[in-house]
Amino acid sequence: MSLDFGLILKQMPDILSGLWVTLWMWIVATLLGAALGFLVAVGRRYGPAPLDWLLKLCVEMLRGTPFLVQLFLLYFGGPFIGLRLEPIPAGLLGLTVYAAAYFSEIFRAGFQAVPKGHVEAADMAGLSRAQILRRIILPEMTMLVLPQCVNMAIVLIKETAILSIITVPEMTMVIGAIGSQQYAFVDAMFLLAIIYWVLVEICGFLGRLAEARLSKFRFAAS
Amino acid sequence: MNSTAPSPVRAGDPASQTADAVPAVDVKGVTKRFGATEVLQGIDLSVPAGATTCLIGPSGSGKSTLLRCIAFLEEATTGTIAIHGDPLGFAEGPDGKRTRLSPQAIRTVRSRIGMVFQQFNLWPHMTALGNVCEALVTVRKMKRKDAEERGMAQLTRVGLANRAAHYPSELSGGQQQRVAIARALALDPEILLFDEPTASLDPELTGEVLNVMRDLASSGMTLLVVTHEIGFAATVGQRIAFLDHGRLLLNGSPREVFGEPRHPRLAQFLETYLDRGAATLL
Repeated sequence: MSLDFGLILKQMPDILSGLWVTLWMWIVATLLGAALGFLVAVGRRYGPAPLDWLLKLCVEMLRGTPFLVQLFLLYFGGPFIGLRLEPIPAGLLGLTVYAAAYFSEIFRAGFQAVPKGHVEAADMAGLSRAQILRRIILPEMTMLVLPQCVNMAIVLIKETAILSIITVPEMTMVIGAIGSQQYAFVDAMFLLAIIYWVLVEICGFLGRLAEARLSKFRFAAS
Repeated sequence: MNSTAPSPVRAGDPASQTADAVPAVDVKGVTKRFGATEVLQGIDLSVPAGATTCLIGPSGSGKSTLLRCIAFLEEATTGTIAIHGDPLGFAEGPDGKRTRLSPQAIRTVRSRIGMVFQQFNLWPHMTALGNVCEALVTVRKMKRKDAEERGMAQLTRVGLANRAAHYPSELSGGQQQRVAIARALALDPEILLFDEPTASLDPELTGEVLNVMRDLASSGMTLLVVTHEIGFAATVGQRIAFLDHGRLLLNGSPREVFGEPRHPRLAQFLETYLDRGAATLL
């Protein structure tokens, strides 16, 4: 077979609008997910034990079930508990919560990876607990978790494709629909694959750039 | 303690203590238990002000734990520690019962102690100067400019003024440890604790750190040094405390402790030390 993107690319405005939805939902869900995940990690580390258990249960459920199933439950099951959401808000909420579960685990590991001695040195210098968290633990953790965060962002950009099944007008849904109309479904999927790959490569490149900038802060061998 | 030991000095022997009225650090009856293991089995030690005291002993003898108790990084299971007469962490009532002091009181007494760690523990996201100035700005509320002036003075003191803008990962181990010393000095502590400051350094980098410590010792600061550098202890230390199995076996001047006749346990320790030294020459 020969691939022909001509028919599909004729509908450029639709494709661009799908790309836009994919991009903004991805960026917002990643940022909100990271922020929420951070709060969860802080709550689990510094909060009372029951809060830790409760949050752990939520994280385990979210990590233990497919995103597709979570999304179905939110979108089709939500109305049964009075949660009636349009596709875009439902997709954004689902993706954010899903991201938060993974980000919380990344941050939890990051907290544990900050050397105890660095905290003791700050303690000896007279820094309060809040100052130690803000001035020592957070910056050190950021450098430690950056690669995993970039990795998570890459996973999330691909998960946005799943939002198409609850009719979020993102790139997979738009290009898939065009492909069906034009009897060029495989061509459409091939084009989609290329676009996702390019987005992932750009994301990875930005991540490496950030890592390079932080590399001089890396842990000194001792 | 072995009562037939030929050593002329005994731990806790009043004659071996200096006549200084208030010791810089006064450790009384300190024990420390980790689970079932009793790491410190009742330590009494008074560290004179304005002198260098070296804590030596085999690995696992409890010397680092004792130092960490004095820094209040570990809490002694029983016993009390006073810094220039002020109780640290716990105060002993007239009935002999220990009560925990307020966090504020603990912080105040603790601010008079500086600590240098075996692993340096510099903060990797700050430059050398940033490390030295951090607490001056966040804790002592100094203006950034004044803090940096003071920080530079301390970096100059340890011979690293030209490395102020470098990050820890850009410095050698010896330089990192000297920055760590400058960081402790910047807070103007009355007592500086060293926890095996050269143990993670290559032999050739050990000298530069020991030289800085020698300068500090001759400036009349109170230093308490846990070290395996017996040569340093013998030449710079004015007091030597020898720990073994969580007990303070000897405490006196280098001449008293290292001179003949030697306590058999110390003789044994020094022998293994020489063995190891000799082994590296072969």
